[in-house]
Amino acid sequence: MSEDIILDKIAGDYEWGFSTDIDMDTLPKGLNEDVVKFISKKKNDPTFMLEWRLKAYKHWLTLEEPQWANIHHPPIDYQDAIYYAAPRKENKLNSLEDLDPKIKETYEKLGIPLVEQQFLAGVAVDAVMDSVSVVTTYREKLSDLGIIFCSISEAIKEHPELVKKYLGSVVPYSDNFFAALNSAVFSDGSFVYIPKGVRCPMELSTYFRINAANTGQFERTLIIADEGAYVSYLEGCTAPMRDENQLHAAVVELIALDNAEIKYSTVQNWYPGDKNGKGGIYNFVTKRGICGENAKISWTQVETGSSITWKYPSVILKGDNSIGEFYSVALTNNYQQADTGTKMIHLGKNTKSRIVSKGISAGHSQNSYRGLVRVGKSADNARNYSQCDSLLMGDRCGAHTFPYFDIKNKNATVEHEATTSKIGEDIIFYCGQRGISEEDAVALIVNGYAKEVLNQLPMEFAVEAQKLLAISLEGSVG
Amino acid sequence: MLSIKNLKAKIDNKEILKGINLEVKPGEVHAIMGPNGSGKSTLASVLTGREGYEVTGGEITYDGKNLLELSAEDRARAGIFLAFQYPVEIPGVSTTNFMKTAINEIRKSKGIAPMSAGEFLKRLKDKAALVELDVEMTKRYVNVGFSGGEKKRNEIFQMAMLEPRLGILDETDSGLDIDALRIVANGVNKLRNENNAFVVITHYQRLLDYIVPDFVHVLYKGKIVKSGGKELAYQLEEEGYDWIKEEQTVK
Ligand SMILES: Nc1ncnc2c1ncn2[C@@H]1O[C@H](COP(=O)(O)OP(=O)(O)OP(=O)(O)O)[C@@H](O)[C@H]1O
Ligand SMILES: [Mg+2]
Repeated sequence: MSEDIILDKIAGDYEWGFSTDIDMDTLPKGLNEDVVKFISKKKNDPTFMLEWRLKAYKHWLTLEEPQWANIHHPPIDYQDAIYYAAPRKENKLNSLEDLDPKIKETYEKLGIPLVEQQFLAGVAVDAVMDSVSVVTTYREKLSDLGIIFCSISEAIKEHPELVKKYLGSVVPYSDNFFAALNSAVFSDGSFVYIPKGVRCPMELSTYFRINAANTGQFERTLIIADEGAYVSYLEGCTAPMRDENQLHAAVVELIALDNAEIKYSTVQNWYPGDKNGKGGIYNFVTKRGICGENAKISWTQVETGSSITWKYPSVILKGDNSIGEFYSVALTNNYQQADTGTKMIHLGKNTKSRIVSKGISAGHSQNSYRGLVRVGKSADNARNYSQCDSLLMGDRCGAHTFPYFDIKNKNATVEHEATTSKIGEDIIFYCGQRGISEEDAVALIVNGYAKEVLNQLPMEFAVEAQKLLAISLEGSVG
Repeated sequence: MLSIKNLKAKIDNKEILKGINLEVKPGEVHAIMGPNGSGKSTLASVLTGREGYEVTGGEITYDGKNLLELSAEDRARAGIFLAFQYPVEIPGVSTTNFMKTAINEIRKSKGIAPMSAGEFLKRLKDKAALVELDVEMTKRYVNVGFSGGEKKRNEIFQMAMLEPRLGILDETDSGLDIDALRIVANGVNKLRNENNAFVVITHYQRLLDYIVPDFVHVLYKGKIVKSGGKELAYQLEEEGYDWIKEEQTVK
């Protein structure tokens, strides 16, 4: 059956509960079954996807928004959001002059080339970007190796067997409130498949895959490294992304089969709201990976944006001898709130996990580390090492650590270390007295503090992330 | 090169400095003594531009410039160095990296290119030797986990690295054992030349046996109430401050 026929068949089942027609690009506010069907139809989903979305939606209706995180916000009205808008056509800026000067300033400080600035800001540049040709070259090179790197929408159509097998296999739609919501209404995201024994020769990044850069609110990413494969994946970019959407709920699933390795790096710099805590993105993300035997999954994240971050990239260490890592720098300033950490679930024997979390709080912000280390009965000789550090800038912010341990095997070794330091006026003055300006002092201290995590990032990314940390903290002490 | 005229300063609306006068010329060493709480550290803070102090009167000129108009870092870049009475700890930053940053920031402010790695390393070794500091210590985070005496020695090491024109030592001798005292004092003496000057705040005449001052001043209740040569330090050591306090009440 060709895709068109499938589509025609399912299209017959749609009941359009609203007066808008299928050609429209933006739905009215609100979420109901018809909205889910509309999105599915817009995406040309095969039946299995539509069914999955609907199941997810029905399940979502039975769930309550989680309340356990150390974050506070006015209630979110899920009927007040728009769940489908075609890639930002009407939001496009005509030129960079229309952009928020603060964001523009940051672009300039980061030294981002003009075309890239336009791209990030959503200015209509379309074909002028050099990267377009870069993308094509990359694609050809990758497909020679059998690597699939495309949007998830494309994958659903072109590689339904892989999607069917793995989508929701690590983060089922029933996992949590936001995962259920995402499963019902996700509009796009990335898909990666690395075949057996193939080492992906370059860093894969959403940044290069231009057509999926504006996927917005409900992004869905699925990465599969087949046996013995290796891939390093970069999400996001270091410049602030202009985005009008308040609510973000992404899901990322990683599957590392036996002897495979996945490195996943994120630099998240969504709009954090203004100095008084007005505006900003609510970022509720579910990220999880599963390891086969001798497999390794490593999460690295630098989180500086969003007014609320709720995010726990986790690893299920199912296979014997598998390794899970979590390296995180979470920076909050002004009135930002972050509740982030990880879960390391040891199931296989001789499994190892390493957690390095560096929280940086400034202004009136609240920054929480929340982490779970679980060692199952059968996980003989499991080892975990956790290091959770907090750095406070000034004395109006808060840092909190919530480590949870659930150890069911006597042979497990679990180590946890935590430190708190404060950068106050005294340290800034000490640096000033040595000729180092406040800005440089903060950069010096923060980069030293975050080094272990930044070192995990690819080189150019690390340099930008370093600058980003400094910029995000400007004027935060004294 | 430093001229303080009738300087008055407040903190938290409380007047601490009540009219200080002091002239420091290149090549000189001035010792400032005085009872606890008389305003010695406050004077050092005001000289180096720490925030929170309100200058309510008088003036400070340094190399003919109005010092009070400069930020803390600009004063440092102009060659003013303070060895802190209570050095702070800086987590995550090694002393080596800290000094490299400081030297290059100072150079940058003067339009000089960053120091080469080789030159920096040489200076690091030379100056560590000067204050008999184990080079390994410079790899550790600034003052983190250092003993009280080690912190003081690290201050003098930093001073040697930055080669200031005006070095202010705030009770650097407190907490040092006899050997360390001698080493630190020797370090200062080796740095002394006709172009630079030192203001040494201390409670103990002992330090002044090693760093011989040209002038000794007594700061009392926010004013310099007595100045003299090094023999004044001996007198204070023998007789304490009572006679000075009495003189003041008589006035
Ligand atoms: N933040 C502040 N608020 C109020 N008073 C202060 C503050 N800082 C210093 N003082 C007061 O200023 C006075 C001078 O303090 P300073 O530290 O300059 O004395 P000092 O001469 O260096 O003493 P010591 O020999 O003990 O080091 C003291 O009475 C002190 O309590
Ligand atoms: Mg003092």
